[in-house]
Amino acid sequence: MSEEKKEREPLFSPKNLKLIKDPLSINNPITVQVLGICSALAVTAKLKPAIVMAISVMVVLAVSNVVISLLRNGIPPRIRIIVQLVVIATMVILVDQVLKAFVYDVSKQLSVFVGLIITNCIIMGRLEAFAMGNKPWPAFLDGIGNALGYGIILIIVAFFREFLGSGTIFDVHVIPQGFYDFGYENNGLMILPPMALITVGVIIWVQRYRNRDLIEDH
Amino acid sequence: MYSNGYIFRYAAILVIIAAALLSTAAMMLKPFQERNMAIEKMGGILASANVENIDKEVMIDQFNEFVTEALVVDQDGNVVESLTEGEKENGKAFNINMKEQLYRKTNGMDYELPIYKIDDKGKTIYIFPLYGTGLWGPIWGNIALSQDLNTVVGVTFDHKGETPGLGAEITTSPFEDQFIGKEIFDDNGQFTSIAVVKGGVAKLPEADRIHGVDAISGGTITSNGVNDMLKNVLESYVPYIEKQK
Repeated sequence: MSEEKKEREPLFSPKNLKLIKDPLSINNPITVQVLGICSALAVTAKLKPAIVMAISVMVVLAVSNVVISLLRNGIPPRIRIIVQLVVIATMVILVDQVLKAFVYDVSKQLSVFVGLIITNCIIMGRLEAFAMGNKPWPAFLDGIGNALGYGIILIIVAFFREFLGSGTIFDVHVIPQGFYDFGYENNGLMILPPMALITVGVIIWVQRYRNRDLIEDH
Repeated sequence: MYSNGYIFRYAAILVIIAAALLSTAAMMLKPFQERNMAIEKMGGILASANVENIDKEVMIDQFNEFVTEALVVDQDGNVVESLTEGEKENGKAFNINMKEQLYRKTNGMDYELPIYKIDDKGKTIYIFPLYGTGLWGPIWGNIALSQDLNTVVGVTFDHKGETPGLGAEITTSPFEDQFIGKEIFDDNGQFTSIAVVKGGVAKLPEADRIHGVDAISGGTITSNGVNDMLKNVLESYVPYIEKQK
């Protein structure tokens, strides 16, 4: 974490870029920190809700990070967690209202999971670990980075679950009818939550195979 | 160190700002949200009469085109208001609060309920909105009867928060399609409603099977809710139905 920072650091200095890049790979919130798993299981049966969820989390996380970072010097440490929660909850309710107004179907599909962004540990974790001790711009980048890291896993999982489970991509049939005529069937198991866990497991496996540094020594 | 006074002031101001922000947003977005809800309600009404090619984008126009008449009837079956032209989504029928009217009914007060008519190749389909309670919250829907005001053409159900996979299955077509062809009056013209039978209609005597559908396994309380909703609401329409015969 950056402490003594020079004045007038360029906006996308290597250090700031690292804030966005790290969560995408070596510090991914889902596959490395194992946070936010609950929603990753729940909203990934189809691509559309997964993407809406990823965008919602990004908005909530980036804005909350900036707000907390702006307030960081005034927040009394004794009630800081409550302050963080108020900021997150406000953002989540705003997002929920906007979804209800403009993408009603998706909002019905996501139902309680939008509300549960409040309890998504990634958000609170980033506020407490990063935004409380950093300036708004790095905090903003950190929020975007972590939300991207979360979103990319959601989208990969949703892609495989929708493709194998329903034979569609964005609700458009991509598996030709000929396959079905030859006896191919959609794998109904992919629609169920356990397969999301297994898909995440496979992603973690592949990631650790390619990057040996992530493997814990025992 | 921060003083207690500072902490209280800080918390109070933060909460007031958050509250102001949220109430402003809620008020500004309300028209959009209400439009979405109205469109969903129209979709349910049209879907219960098996109208094909329903399109959300032009739902309000479709609703006005397909619904030939939107009626309001009172507890004695008298037509209070009938709207055949113009914007039916602004009419009295579409904006009746079913919950409130059924509450009035339960308490022995006068009540008014909506009915929609749709023309299907020269025959009228009557659509009766439904409202009741499930396990976790309200359930609602529409039941469409054919011109004889006895045979079910179709139903749609929706719910606020029934258990996914169990009670929430009432919105799926395997459950809803069971109602098609069922009858709400028996051979003597007595109102019998449609029973949602735990254990399946096969349990019933042969003659009663036309008045029953299978309940949902594991969703008993929601199924009972549907059963009670059909009985309670359809019963309120019986005076109107009798007058049409």
